[in-house]
Amino acid sequence: MTYSPHTEADRVLMLDAVGVESVDDLFADIPATVRAGAWDVPPPLAEQEVRAELARLAGRNRIPEVSFLGAGAYRHLIPSVVGEVIGRSEFATAYTPYQPEVSQGTLQSIYEFQSLICELTGMEVATASHYDGATATAEAALMACRLTRRSRVAVSAGVSPDYRRVLQTYCSGPGIEVVTVPVDLAEGGDGTTDPSAVESLDEVACFIAAQPNFYGQLEPMRDLADAAHAAGAQFVAVVEPTSLALLEAPGKYGADIVAAEGQPLGIPVSFGGPYVGLMAARMASVRQMPGRLVGATRDEQGRKGYVLTLQAREQHIRREKAASNICTNQALMALAATAYLAAVGPTGLREVAELSATQARHLAGALGSAGLAERRFGGTYLNEVALRVPDAARRHAALAERGIVAGHLLERDEPALRDTLLLAATELTTDDDIARLVGALEETR
Amino acid sequence: MAYPDDLRYSKEHEWVRADDTRATIGITSFAADELGDIVFVELPEVGTALKQFQTFGVVESVKAVSDLYSPLSGEVVEVNEALREGPELLNSDPFGEGWIAKIELSDAAELDTLMDAAAYAEETA
Repeated sequence: MTYSPHTEADRVLMLDAVGVESVDDLFADIPATVRAGAWDVPPPLAEQEVRAELARLAGRNRIPEVSFLGAGAYRHLIPSVVGEVIGRSEFATAYTPYQPEVSQGTLQSIYEFQSLICELTGMEVATASHYDGATATAEAALMACRLTRRSRVAVSAGVSPDYRRVLQTYCSGPGIEVVTVPVDLAEGGDGTTDPSAVESLDEVACFIAAQPNFYGQLEPMRDLADAAHAAGAQFVAVVEPTSLALLEAPGKYGADIVAAEGQPLGIPVSFGGPYVGLMAARMASVRQMPGRLVGATRDEQGRKGYVLTLQAREQHIRREKAASNICTNQALMALAATAYLAAVGPTGLREVAELSATQARHLAGALGSAGLAERRFGGTYLNEVALRVPDAARRHAALAERGIVAGHLLERDEPALRDTLLLAATELTTDDDIARLVGALEETR
Repeated sequence: MAYPDDLRYSKEHEWVRADDTRATIGITSFAADELGDIVFVELPEVGTALKQFQTFGVVESVKAVSDLYSPLSGEVVEVNEALREGPELLNSDPFGEGWIAKIELSDAAELDTLMDAAAYAEETA
């Protein structure tokens, strides 16, 4: 069966019209050395055979029985209502609703999402969402460059290495220099960024710091914000949204732009996503924000309604001078976050954050008292903790064989952190899970 | 439409009121009318060095966004702060209260490359 919409007669007609003999002639300018050769694909299969093959491949997946992996994505309980809401056919599009007259429901859901993100971050305005936390962070840096008319950005080494790679990619096109400010990784250090190193930064558009940082440590955000402002820079806070139920809101400690990965809010952990990026800022900066914004207004008859607003920033109007030509919103995932936050409420979110922090302490305490691990850093952590575990790489692999993912092996990102595991806990981490980890580490000593 | 005789005009619809060393710049009534209700003006920073016809700011109306092109070369010495809170001044008084920036001229001869009121009136007719 062919999926081509054109018949042989159509093709002949078109080839005649352009004056070439065959479709291959159209590719004559492409050197033979870079052309695809014959495709070596197996013969077609019946649906039943395809299903059987996919089931066989899926069977090779190793789904861990217990996981302490975080490092940017966190497994939380997702109330069933989230799936119910995002599964409704009225919402089954990720496309941007440009026509308010047929899109009030979707627009209202995005407006509510923005309102929730503002409440969570303590900021004045939030966008309709971005691809993920990494791209939201990179967009925040570009936004800071527009606001300050500077072309250098600084980022703490405590920001996820993946985010920093995406930031580097986003900055490479427009020629923006990326400066990395180290965190204290020394033995006995507290694994955070030194504000005095930020204060002395020269001509930077922004300083980007993560809270908690990639190593699970709580950064002195207020001091870092003051230091960034002393350098004439915007302060970009990259936050984990669940933590905001316990920690001070970025708007309170002087963040100018907030970027975050929204996955912990009702979206399952999944390799490759889809996730959702959050971004919030001050109203004074709104015209330099990238992406969609939904605003509330009234129609001719005084009824409340929702529209895409401040569209003059965007590429369908400003073309190449738009605030961003490389972003879109993640409407369906933003809807999941909205449904999640509405379902758990402020009290529920606080319980999630508290239970996660409690279990992380239980985890570190249990490993410590069994003599299996000790904290790599001083300072404070929240739901994720870096622990020194002798012979970590070997034991991490051995535990994976037993169905236990013993967190993230930090030496993969940072050679100075040899034999260090980054272990996360959430409200789904049970005491039994922790006991299994302790037992398995005992056995692989 | 008549335009003030003491000003010079650019094809990009900016006007200039200049003496030998300094010029005040704005957008013409024609530009303001074409744009419609102006809701936001992005002003240049004082101290910015501009080349003739370089973009130095942005005006945003309810229906379009346009760049501002400096009609002359020079350094920005003052911007109209009143436009930050009152961008509608560009619609209500484009040749007066709605001025945008003042620049210290680096080449007064450039004035001769701009149109007089009659030529601009013809241009926009």
